[in-house]
Amino acid sequence: MKALSKINSRFVPLSAENVDTDQIIPARFLKATTRDGFGKNLFRDWRYEQDDETKPKLDFILNQPEYSGEILVAGKNFGCGSSREHAAWAIVDYGFKAVVSSFFADIFKNNALNNGLLPVTVSDNFLQTIFSLSNSSTLSIDIEEQTITIDQTNQTEKFELNPYKKTCLLNGYDDIDFLLSRRTAIENFEKELA
Amino acid sequence: MGKTLFDKIWDKHVVEKIENGPSVLYIDTHFIHEVTSPQAFKGIEKRGLKVFRPKQTIATADHNVPTLNQHLPIKDALSRMQVEALIENCNNHGIELYGLGHPYQGIVHVIGPELGITQPGMTIVCGDSHTSTHGAFGTVAFGIGTSEVEMVFASQCVLQTKPKTMRINIEGNLQKGVVSKDIILYIISKISASGATGYFVEYAGSTIRGLSMEARMTICNMSIEMGARGGMIAPDETTFNYLKGRAFAPAGEKWEQKKKEWETLYSDEDAAFDEELFIDAAAIQPMITYGTNPGLGIAITARIPVTDTIPDEGERKNIIKALEYMGLQSGKSLIGMPVQHVFIGSCTNSRIEDLRSVAALIKGKKKNDSVQVMIVPGSQQVAQQVKEEGLDIIFSEAGFVIRQAGCSACLGMNEDKIPAGEYCISTSNRNFEGRQGAGARTLLASPLTAAAAAITGVVTDVREII
Repeated sequence: MKALSKINSRFVPLSAENVDTDQIIPARFLKATTRDGFGKNLFRDWRYEQDDETKPKLDFILNQPEYSGEILVAGKNFGCGSSREHAAWAIVDYGFKAVVSSFFADIFKNNALNNGLLPVTVSDNFLQTIFSLSNSSTLSIDIEEQTITIDQTNQTEKFELNPYKKTCLLNGYDDIDFLLSRRTAIENFEKELA
Repeated sequence: MGKTLFDKIWDKHVVEKIENGPSVLYIDTHFIHEVTSPQAFKGIEKRGLKVFRPKQTIATADHNVPTLNQHLPIKDALSRMQVEALIENCNNHGIELYGLGHPYQGIVHVIGPELGITQPGMTIVCGDSHTSTHGAFGTVAFGIGTSEVEMVFASQCVLQTKPKTMRINIEGNLQKGVVSKDIILYIISKISASGATGYFVEYAGSTIRGLSMEARMTICNMSIEMGARGGMIAPDETTFNYLKGRAFAPAGEKWEQKKKEWETLYSDEDAAFDEELFIDAAAIQPMITYGTNPGLGIAITARIPVTDTIPDEGERKNIIKALEYMGLQSGKSLIGMPVQHVFIGSCTNSRIEDLRSVAALIKGKKKNDSVQVMIVPGSQQVAQQVKEEGLDIIFSEAGFVIRQAGCSACLGMNEDKIPAGEYCISTSNRNFEGRQGAGARTLLASPLTAAAAAITGVVTDVREII
């Protein structure tokens, strides 16, 4: 996993609430056996008419070139539904480094963190403020300080991040390395359990 | 102070708690399937590792398999490759696979319980959000992502932050025509699709105690649809009677010993929950959803909410968007609305009791000409039982099509899809946009309500025909 400490970027606002992982990546694209290439099918059925890449739905935010950036901003309960990690892979593969919302579904949040995609939980008010910004506005996210700032107004908010996960993100560590380092403890635990 | 059922099982499985971080949680049983495992196998192989505890890993092929002609090679090349990758991975790592053609094959959350692999007090994970189903046996069971599947492959552990606990107490008798699917759709409609996020839920109360194991599984199955990490029910005589004699259940002296352990698995009287809800079973009616998340459900005789009167702007917008997708109108009743498809299946409602209840309702009747009805048994064993009990004859005479076991039209990964714009009353768990096929419109309901619509061709209050 790549280390991540700061993100400064414009953002893509997707105000819909309860965005489920079936919308993020529809099931028919889960037939792959690798983690790559899911970005082109991100929000596939919201992006294109009749599953046709030559017919973009112009009212969908990813098809509006005036919006771009490394930060996706979404309505509450983002990532609900299926546990498919393909949803996090698709968002990362598309080029996002963080998702900002007022509420994340649990499994999605874990999946995002395990792929170096930062879920940033902000207050409802802060989220609405971001949605009201112009498309040229930028956001700064500082993982060390656990802050998100609207650069044009300097409005800032702290966000929660588990200290262990923070260390992982800042250093690019992954959980498997950690668990492998605990194998002896796990084997001892198994003996006690038996 | 006493402990909750959840705490008893969780605490027993913590190998180590990282300071200011998650716990290293030991996993007793890891179920895997073809869709969310291949990248995890690649991951550990890249690290030069073998699966750490292959004997605690059980595989099946379910999400992406055809439900017709399973003895023939899978036609879709990508699906075939995925199923073949599972076979190869299981061979390479010494994992038991109940793949296509095996008498134990089926939907992972149907086969675990029916084989007696799922046992009280266990920790169980699977790369599938409906792993909460196994909680019906008093297990801590939850869905994980593929990176976490890889963690379990590498160490038989996952790193997890301990969730908060919620108890939902349901007391009293159910009305005629109301079944466990209605209970869970009712709860989700009350607390919303995110109402239990961050919690592990225990279902309790006299109504729950009175339910069969299969009915309990339906409730625990849909815990994730209100955001919960998982759902569970304390094991009791119903649980022990269900388990006894199953293929992988303990037997003889071992059974007695295990049963003693299992009898200690309940929430102590003075255990404290972070949240507690009380529900009157008598208030629950047959339920149906009208929107595009499982929280958007109503009693079948009720009207869709009038969108103008919804105070919260976000929710109002959501429902307007959902109704637009569904082609439904604010303030209207669904009763009498034509449906084109009925799907009876999925890890929520594809077990033998579900199919028996459908058969009892439709025996001697014919499906309406305007509707196509598909029954997909949850496993090869359920399919076999359907034949042994002669239910297949009742279904065929009614014009229902019976398929082979798999996840099928619940998620539309294989060719079993609902065409765009058409309505399907489905016994599955999700009514998300495009879930059953691009543009498909899903109405979630119980097997009884689905069967009623199969006969009449329209949304029907099942109480009027039983």
